[in-house]
Parts: sequence; C-alpha cells; structure tokens
Amino acid sequence: MKNCLVVDDSRVIRKVACRILQDLKFDTAEAEDGIAALQSCRQRMPQLILLDWNMPNMNGIEFLKTLRKERNGQQPVVVFCTTENDVSHITEALSAGANEYIMKPFDREIIEAKLAEVGLM
Amino acid sequence: MTPDDFSFLAQMVRRRAGLVLTEKKLHLIESRLSTVMRRFGFRSTDALVKELRHGRETLARAVTEVLTTNESSFFRDRAAFEAFRERVLPRLIEARAETKRLRIWSAACAAGQEAYSIAMLLDDLKLQAQGWSIDLIATDLSAEMIARSEEGLYSHFEVQRGLAIRRLVAHFSQEGGSWRIHENLRRMVSFHQFNLLDSYGWLDDLDAVFCRNVLIYFDQKTKASVLDKIAEMLTPDGALVLGNSEAVTGLSTAFVPVDRAPNTYAKTKTIAQRLAS
Repeated sequence: MKNCLVVDDSRVIRKVACRILQDLKFDTAEAEDGIAALQSCRQRMPQLILLDWNMPNMNGIEFLKTLRKERNGQQPVVVFCTTENDVSHITEALSAGANEYIMKPFDREIIEAKLAEVGLM
Repeated sequence: MTPDDFSFLAQMVRRRAGLVLTEKKLHLIESRLSTVMRRFGFRSTDALVKELRHGRETLARAVTEVLTTNESSFFRDRAAFEAFRERVLPRLIEARAETKRLRIWSAACAAGQEAYSIAMLLDDLKLQAQGWSIDLIATDLSAEMIARSEEGLYSHFEVQRGLAIRRLVAHFSQEGGSWRIHENLRRMVSFHQFNLLDSYGWLDDLDAVFCRNVLIYFDQKTKASVLDKIAEMLTPDGALVLGNSEAVTGLSTAFVPVDRAPNTYAKTKTIAQRLAS
C-alpha cells in the first residue's frame, strides 16, 4: 500500500485529506507542522507528502527545503496543499522541489487529478 | 411534465441536435430547463413546451443548448492525450514536413478545455516558430460554450482537474480567483458554433479529429452518420480520437483502432500500425 504524510496545522483539514487518501488506498500519517513532519520522515520516508504552507514552528517551504537535503529526501513526491494561491508562491514551491500544487479549497476530484499528474494513481 | 410534452421535447431535441432524451433523466432535464424558464419568464414547463409547440426559434435553440452536457476538463482521459502526443503527433509532423501544415478539429469543445489542451501540446513543440501553420478548429452546439471558450477564463476548480501545475503557471494568468489562458494559445484556436448534424463541407482535410464524449448522447443512426462524415473529412493518414466510453464497433467500418493508443482510430490498417509503432 502507498503511504502519505499529511502535514497541516488544521486538524480538520488533516482529517478530510486523510479520509480522501484512505479512500484512494493510501496508508496515511499526520503531522501538524514542519518539525513534526521532519521527525516523521526521518523515521519512515513516505512516498507522498501533502503539505500545507502556513504552519507554526516550521512552515511548508522551510520543511521542503530541509527535506530535500536529507538522506533519501529526494524520494517523496511533495504536493503543496495551501491557500497561498498566487503565481509567486507556486513558482517558489516548484523551485524548492515541490512536484505538484493544490490550491485550497480542494475536493476528492482535485486530489485524484493531482495524484494522477505525479503518477501515484 | 406530461408524457405528451416530454415526447414533444424529446423529438424536438433529437431532430435539432441528435440528442437522445430518456424519461429516466426527467429530473435532470427539468432542472436544466429551469434556467431557460427563468431566462424567458416561464412559470411552468407546461407553459414552456406550449410556446415551443408554437415554433419559437430562439426558445427552441436555448432549450436544445441547455440540454446538452458540457462537462469537460483539461487533458481529460490522460492516456488518450499521451498517445496523441507520443504517437499521433510525431507521425503527422513527419508526414507534413514539406507542407508544414496541421489541421485539427475539436468537435464538441464545451468550455474549450480540450482545444486548449491540444494547443498546449502543439505549443510544447514550438511548431509555429519553425514556420508551421496550425489550424486548430473547435466547435460546439452551444453559443454559450463558444463564448466561454473564447473568453478562456477558468475557475480554481477547473484548472486543477487534469492540468499540471507547471502548465497552469506557463499558460495562464491569474485574475482574482480565476485563471485566463494566455493570448498566444487563445489565438491558436478558432471557435465556431456548429451542429454535428449539419454539413461538414468547411471542415475538409483534417489531420486529427477529437470527437469525444458526444457520440454517447446520440442514437445509433446519428453516431454512424457523424462517424461517416468525419471519415470523409479526415486525411488518409489522419487520426480520430473518441471518448473513453465510445467506440466505432457496429457503427462504422471506416476506422481501425490503433494499438497502444487508447480511443484512437486510423482509416486503414497500415496507418493504424504506423501510429502504433
């Protein structure tokens, strides 16, 4: 089974995203900020990371830049999932190594379409 | 709606656009008719159908348009687009190296996503910079859909279905919460209101035809007629791309499926083999 780490400081968003991903046959884990996400990745590198931008302690872009320097940190497919919907944020995320980008609000169809884009559907 | 009114409506829509309405979809039909009723000031479907029986053309056209399905997305049915990019386009470009001319038709373009998806694939190849003439024609029965296509403005949800984020950033500009297709792609496509039941005379010498997710709404006879007309307009080495749930089996002998290219058809076995190789 494919596995996904959902990183978002909103418990509700994590729950909704996890439910959709589980329906799509993903094994899910959760983290509430970048630091918790890094700890989780160091224990077990996931295949997919669904990543919020604005979070306390360590935000999404800082997490991504750190992740990509970690051992095996190039492996996970990282899909941003954020309300930061402008071109400059999208471009910054892609430059930092994001594979795809979901603009909130999202639904199951969007998640499915984006996972198809990155070859995980 | 009375059975008699439904029967009148179904016959009218079949005659005008080839669409087959069934009573199983009565709820959906009534829901769609409600927008026309509001627009023309009718309080009931009875009153609407009564007016249609008097032969009011603008109303009949509006009713026909509203009963067509306009669901679409960018790069819908990814595998078909991949096959077009990897197999069909390279063969066509090779075959047209001297004339440097490509003519492609998106036959039921809805809000334009299919035509713009094809435009993006062509733009990737930078053919126009190499002196190619690209004729990308997109048609739809609905005037409203043609207007939307020409506007090229898509919602947050529309651009996230089938469109890779890099393509979004490369080919669209943000306008508030919406995204507008760039002018260079907009100019690549010419949009026209067109009924697939009409004459295809102006659509000659087509190198590829995308006729997707529209045959499913027609009866067998109309499907066969549309396929025959497409076959006449398609160049001998051209390709036809249908929707996921559509096929030519039992409808037309003019097409041969292309192996390893989902939903793609050629006019001869030789061309089908060439496209599959």
